[in-house]
Amino acid sequence: MSAWLVALLQALLYPALAPLLVGWVRKVKARLQNRRGASVFQPYADLRKLLVKETRVAHTASELFRVAPYIVFVATWLAAATVPLVALDLPIAAVADIIVLVGLLALARFFLALAGMDAGTAFGGMGASREMLVSALAEPAMLMAVFTLAMTAHSTSLQSVMAHHLADGFLLRPSYLFAFGALVLVALAECGRIPVDNPSTHLELTMVHEAMLLEYSGRHLALMEWAAQIKLLLYGVLIVNVFFPWGVGASFGALALGSGLAVVLLKLLVLGALLAAGETVLAKMRLFRVPGFLNLALLLALLGLLSHVILEVGA
Amino acid sequence: MSLTLLTLLQQFVLLLAALALFLSFVLLSQTRLIAAIRVFAWQGALVAAVTLTVALAGHAHHLYFSAALTLGLKAMLIPAMLHRMTRRLGLERQSETLSRPALVIMAAVVLVIFSYWVVEPMVANGLAFTRNIIAVSLAVVLIGLLMMVFRQQAVAQVLGFMSMENGLFLAAVSATAGMPLVVELGVAFDVLVAMVLFGVFFFQIRESIDSLDVDRLNRLTETEEGR
Repeated sequence: MSAWLVALLQALLYPALAPLLVGWVRKVKARLQNRRGASVFQPYADLRKLLVKETRVAHTASELFRVAPYIVFVATWLAAATVPLVALDLPIAAVADIIVLVGLLALARFFLALAGMDAGTAFGGMGASREMLVSALAEPAMLMAVFTLAMTAHSTSLQSVMAHHLADGFLLRPSYLFAFGALVLVALAECGRIPVDNPSTHLELTMVHEAMLLEYSGRHLALMEWAAQIKLLLYGVLIVNVFFPWGVGASFGALALGSGLAVVLLKLLVLGALLAAGETVLAKMRLFRVPGFLNLALLLALLGLLSHVILEVGA
Repeated sequence: MSLTLLTLLQQFVLLLAALALFLSFVLLSQTRLIAAIRVFAWQGALVAAVTLTVALAGHAHHLYFSAALTLGLKAMLIPAMLHRMTRRLGLERQSETLSRPALVIMAAVVLVIFSYWVVEPMVANGLAFTRNIIAVSLAVVLIGLLMMVFRQQAVAQVLGFMSMENGLFLAAVSATAGMPLVVELGVAFDVLVAMVLFGVFFFQIRESIDSLDVDRLNRLTETEEGR
């Protein structure tokens, strides 16, 4: 198979698999809370329902409100397409590295916040300001954690980072441990999961992400929710494939790709179950404690850089 | 030095040392006493684990004893004594308000860089593994000192002092493959005696100023007495 075809296939897998991960997390969470829970395919049905419903737009909203869902969806999808899911050596690595990934996510977030404020409701503005507070603190931590990985591999391309890790074999790297902790905290904050934001609330004063989507309906809402699901899958794949890259397809044969997909799905199942367990055990923290939470992420990332320099390079 | 040249046990020692450094940072910014004591106990357990790993790697038999001693003393006995003391002083729920916590963390990061910079030219290149561990241990010692300087609560200052001792022990174990047993026993006994003395001091301080906030010791001057 040609390399670009595999890249395209992988890019299509992201929107196809994203609702499944969300459904799986919800299912595990329901079982842990002694409920039966909806089927794991429920998010697909929800998206379909929203896509066929009529789309209403507030009469105070501008054009930006209409185009924002498309920009958010496409930017998130493009960002996801740069993360190797089933195979290495994709041609897209030459186009986009980790910094482009962070930039695309920032673009999506910028339009999400603008759209939240656009309709002029109090909730939207509040959600947008909170989202910006969280992301302003999460982004430096994310970049610092990513730089730790980049310094180890001497490259900012995600594929070289993974290839370097695979070639090294099993090494206990203190810097990877710290970067892993930082990236997990950042992912929780960015995806609006429990210690920072509660994904299952729609009518609470404390909501962050949902507050910006209150005015959306129909296919606009479907795109926004789909983008959020892709973002969760993106962070999940980033964490499992960068820190545990074993099993990813090395060639473009059907067998290698199939086993790569099976392995990454297995890793994501484990990660989703861990996320659900964490969300069952933890409670949402107050908004004013979020900066402390993200400072911890920044400190972890900083220690990752330092321990890389002191313990691993040290001429 | 590349990490690939080290054995798995040496890598494990590096990992544990890095975690001990991280716990120093947690200790520095933890405001609740009971939680801070628990963090200190974990740091003691990490140091004991480093000792055990060095013993396994070097087949040094007396280090097994030393690891058991560290675990019993630093991870169990001293934290338990501190815990009991805070309960008797009625400080379980007290949480100190730190002035400028972010600045102190940045200062600690600078201390880590400084200790690496100090140690780097000191040791020959062949001993890179030892040198890196010493840099981390020195950072743990300096962060303990920073904690003693900037905390006002007497119990927190004692925790800073004890974590300094953890850093010294880490350096001794990893750099010299363990001190003679007599020295180690002496140090352990000293730490224990220091702990008992600190306990006596806590009660003395509280008797005289009704608080363990040592900044208030400055007010005990003659002029206030005369007024």
